[in-house]
Amino acid sequence: MDSESQMSAGEQRVRVLVAKPGLDGHDRGAKVIASAFRDAGFEVIYTGLHQTPEMIVAAAIQEDVDVVAMSVLSGAHMTLFPRVKALLDEAGATDILLTGGGIIPEDDVQALLAKGVGRLFGPGSPTTDAVAYIRSWFEERETAREAGQGAGG
Amino acid sequence: MVSPVPPLATELPASLRPLVEGIRSGNRLALARAISVVENERPGFQALLHTLLTPGEGHAGPPGSRVGITGPPGAGKSSLVTAMARAHMEAGDQVGVVAVDPTSPYSGGALLGDRIRMNDLATDPRIFIRSMASRGSLGGLATTTTEVMDVMDVAGFPRLLVETVGVGQTELEIAGTADTVVVVLVPESGDGIQAMKAGLMEIADIFVVNKSDRPGADRLVREIRTALHYRAGDARKVRVPAHHGVDLSGGIAQAGGIAQAGGSGPARGEEGKGGDADLSKAPPSWTPPVLQTVAHAGEGVAGLLAAIEDHRVWMLESGELERRRLARTTTRVRDVMDRELKRRVRRLLADSTVAGPALGAIASGGSTPYSVAARLLEGFS
Repeated sequence: MDSESQMSAGEQRVRVLVAKPGLDGHDRGAKVIASAFRDAGFEVIYTGLHQTPEMIVAAAIQEDVDVVAMSVLSGAHMTLFPRVKALLDEAGATDILLTGGGIIPEDDVQALLAKGVGRLFGPGSPTTDAVAYIRSWFEERETAREAGQGAGG
Repeated sequence: MVSPVPPLATELPASLRPLVEGIRSGNRLALARAISVVENERPGFQALLHTLLTPGEGHAGPPGSRVGITGPPGAGKSSLVTAMARAHMEAGDQVGVVAVDPTSPYSGGALLGDRIRMNDLATDPRIFIRSMASRGSLGGLATTTTEVMDVMDVAGFPRLLVETVGVGQTELEIAGTADTVVVVLVPESGDGIQAMKAGLMEIADIFVVNKSDRPGADRLVREIRTALHYRAGDARKVRVPAHHGVDLSGGIAQAGGIAQAGGSGPARGEEGKGGDADLSKAPPSWTPPVLQTVAHAGEGVAGLLAAIEDHRVWMLESGELERRRLARTTTRVRDVMDRELKRRVRRLLADSTVAGPALGAIASGGSTPYSVAARLLEGFS
């Protein structure tokens, strides 16, 4: 690796879209997690309240984020997460991690996991858990990419 | 033995070819990922830029328009950009927006919040919005903002709006990359105007007093006009019309590079050739207009766009546009060379067969860092 200091060329930085879909106006959780991500060294794009799945995916594509993190407290998670996942896939962004948090029953968490959504964090989860989860996912993906490039030439 | 230094590659790596094809077929994800390659300066990014910018390969014609929006934090830059973008889209233009926010010097992270104002527009195919973190760059933009604008331009978003980080006095990089610089202030900036005279004041092509429905807006407009008046001095009074706009009384295409940007000092005529004829031949200069807007309500936005268009016409006719673009190109070539030389120096010093003896000589007292550097630099000429 290059031994250049801090802002070395070619350095990968985790980009995360923190989004708040739907009509619920409780954005404190989203703001807390956005700040935690920033403090963890991520570049966080925050879209504000009342986003449609289409708006979230448009932002995710244009910003070329690695991760979309949605906060859903309205109970509409079984609609919103699959919809955003489907739109991301449709746009060709199958390698973006869709994760999030909110008040989501364990059965639903499992159902969403089966649909390709990543880990979902419930109330009271330490922000460090989400940071660690995204970091390890990101490292794994980068390793896989490098391996893929090495093999593919 | 000095290991051979690979030349600056302009040949596109195979892995990046799909991005170029994607951009040319209008794929937004390909555009977004190409921007990331450039922003992160990943291997091959220079070849990617070279390929995209080469005329005849899917990109033709002059570069699009580039308007920079700058000003202190909270002045309403994002709201103004949103209102401007909306107006351009309604006029049928393809709009590219680059919004820069600061990177934390402590964590290296960033919270990019400009999209909060803009994301309502994001699903429209006529616009492409990209946030950039400044990543340690101190000039109000990110290191690669200009390159990112180039990519958006050739990808079919030629009407470019770039929003800087909230600036103070010295973050003036925008002046080197935009055709027109709009400085946005708010009535509350009034007391700060003394402080900005040395910085922002000098790069503005257009002033906007946003949030003009608040008290103090008229006073701020007056203060800015007064300050501009001081700066313009006598040289300007001679041929500048009483208000902003294009002085068509002068010969239009006469400006052989002596037109001055608003801010680079009073316009200097070609003295000594004698008579009134010379005066009329002198290029018209530009006095920055001071406009008022209420961005969130869309008030004054049409006037701002008209002023930007006036400025563009003035730049075309005075030769200022050509001058600025030439200066920009010079900077670009210098930056590419700077970066490449830096890379070569690092590579040379990373070579133990070179660095080992040289550093050893310094340690034993036979050489100094200066004599070693001088010797190593000989190989670079």
